Amino acid sequence: MQLVLEKRAERSRTIALVSPLIAIGLTVVTMSILFVILGKNPLAALGAYFIAPLSDSYSLQEIAVKATPLVMIAIGLSLCYLANAWNIGAEGQFLIGAVAGSWIAVKTQGTGAGAWVLPAMLLAGAVAGALYALIPAICRVRFGASEILTSLMLVYVADLLLDYLVRGPWRDPAGFNFPTTAEFDPVATVPLLIEGGRLHLGSIIALAVVACAFVLLARTIKGFEIRVVGAAPRAARFGGFNADQLILLTFAISGALAGLAGIIEVAGPVGHLQPGISPGYGFTAIIVAFLGRLNPIGILIAGLFLALTFIGGEQAQITMKIPLDVTKVFQGILLFYVLACDSLILYRFKLIFASRQVHSGVG
Amino acid sequence: MELVEAIILSVLAASTPLLIAAAGELVTERSGVLNLGVEGMMIVGAACGFGGAWLSGSIAIGALCGILAGTLLSLIFAVMTLGLAVNQVATGLALTILGIGLSGLIGAGFVGERIAPAPHLHIPGLTEIPLVGRILFGEDGFVYLSLALVIGVWWFLYRTRAGLVLRACGDNHVSAHALGYPVLRIRLLAVMFGGACAGLAGAYLPLAYTPFFIPGMTAGRGWIALALVVFASWRPGRLVIGAYLFGAVTILQLHAQGAGIGVPSQLMSALPYLATVVVLVLLSRARTGGSTAPAALGTVFVPDR
Repeated sequence: MQLVLEKRAERSRTIALVSPLIAIGLTVVTMSILFVILGKNPLAALGAYFIAPLSDSYSLQEIAVKATPLVMIAIGLSLCYLANAWNIGAEGQFLIGAVAGSWIAVKTQGTGAGAWVLPAMLLAGAVAGALYALIPAICRVRFGASEILTSLMLVYVADLLLDYLVRGPWRDPAGFNFPTTAEFDPVATVPLLIEGGRLHLGSIIALAVVACAFVLLARTIKGFEIRVVGAAPRAARFGGFNADQLILLTFAISGALAGLAGIIEVAGPVGHLQPGISPGYGFTAIIVAFLGRLNPIGILIAGLFLALTFIGGEQAQITMKIPLDVTKVFQGILLFYVLACDSLILYRFKLIFASRQVHSGVG
Repeated sequence: MELVEAIILSVLAASTPLLIAAAGELVTERSGVLNLGVEGMMIVGAACGFGGAWLSGSIAIGALCGILAGTLLSLIFAVMTLGLAVNQVATGLALTILGIGLSGLIGAGFVGERIAPAPHLHIPGLTEIPLVGRILFGEDGFVYLSLALVIGVWWFLYRTRAGLVLRACGDNHVSAHALGYPVLRIRLLAVMFGGACAGLAGAYLPLAYTPFFIPGMTAGRGWIALALVVFASWRPGRLVIGAYLFGAVTILQLHAQGAGIGVPSQLMSALPYLATVVVLVLLSRARTGGSTAPAALGTVFVPDR
């Protein structure tokens, strides 16, 4: 008996829709086993992860707050991945965006600057993120260097730059030597949507980004080019599409979105620049992009789901003493199952019972 | 001269995990599979390696635990990419994300514990030779093992029939399949070898480099090992040069920080990562006349039976 893959004549549309759900189901089963190994009641643990955060308004807002950077970054990454360009350095672009925007906030601190400060910060974050993402893209297009490795290396560099700034030149003089800038002025802060709540303007921006990406991919020539270059590079060449230009474009867009997400996070929920502003948003967004099937609407849903696991993970740590690393394990397993289920869209499994000896001698 | 000797000793120690991980990944990539999960396999290897050594009190058992952990993780990767024909880049990323989480879970119980680090070789008479004695005859066992590993990989790839078949799978899996070679089985073994090496490389860190485990202690070394394979143009010999060069950059920046030169320490810490980017660009640029990468690297193969 042998299990083999057989290519389907056409992509299966049914499986394309249900595969993320199958993946989530398999992940939940695997996690239950892990909880049992850790000596926790699996039902209670799953409840803490997936049900408890949905039951009060504060947690619901917190989910939207966490989903905001995830969705924005993942939308950009999905464009890259559709064009078969592998930007895995979104975490670095996120940090550089946060640094660039914070520069304006730090320099205008206490100067009584007007309402232009926040828009300028958002712009600076997006531009800096785009420029930072263009480094690996240019290295790939001009010199043929693997964008996977260069974009990832730049994550460590961005992290160290942020660390230097908040420990050195930008450190809050009144901050008891903690590595952080002073709290941003009100004009440098992303406004809240609900007075006294957590939800802020960034979530609206994220929704706008989803809408724009939807229109770009479904209704414009550029979106079509991005999809063709990734799915059928030869056809794209015959069609006269410039693959190099599309790599630069998708990297710039995804860098800009990651940078924007970075400065929104700093000027919104965090309120100042400090190390550790991101619990790995740039990497989790990779999972969000794939779980959402590289589709803007799918990414919105997937972003909310993974935000739920962040909040659920924190609650499970407090209420059930489940280590925070379980959330990362959960996210890694989820990505595995998503990718495995996606294989079913293109292939079907076939069991062969007749034992045929094709390769005689070897193997 | 004491200082020079100390620097060379620490360069060798810093290079060894890079060399071990890169040697394994080189074999994997030569078979046509790009496993980007080296960082994940290394960090789990570090946690399991330390755990094994701490519980058993034996460095060798710790190293075996690291190897086993790396191999098990690479098996997940193999099932996904070879069995289910999933994209190798995405699967490798998933492996790294999973590995970082798993190592945190496994290592949580060992944080703050210490072990006696791997013993160093001591040959009376030889090790006492001034200058070169400790460098040649006073290393820990892993340093010698890593060099033996590279020589073994070279011998296997270029001097054995099996190595030739493995390279054929990496350069043209369709032809290799047509000739009757079991491409997927060969790749499975290559992936497992890569995983074992990554696990051992990770275990080296808490067993010999620093005698304790901290979460995230691989600090991107798995990614640098991947870059080293590119640097070496997929040739084992150049791997040694590359690994020692990178080890030297790491150690020299540490010494420069220690000497208190007027440069921010963060800039010095960023040097190994920046050097990787620069080297990748320079090398890729020099290779305009066609790539030296295995031709089928990273492509999915589904046999048509």
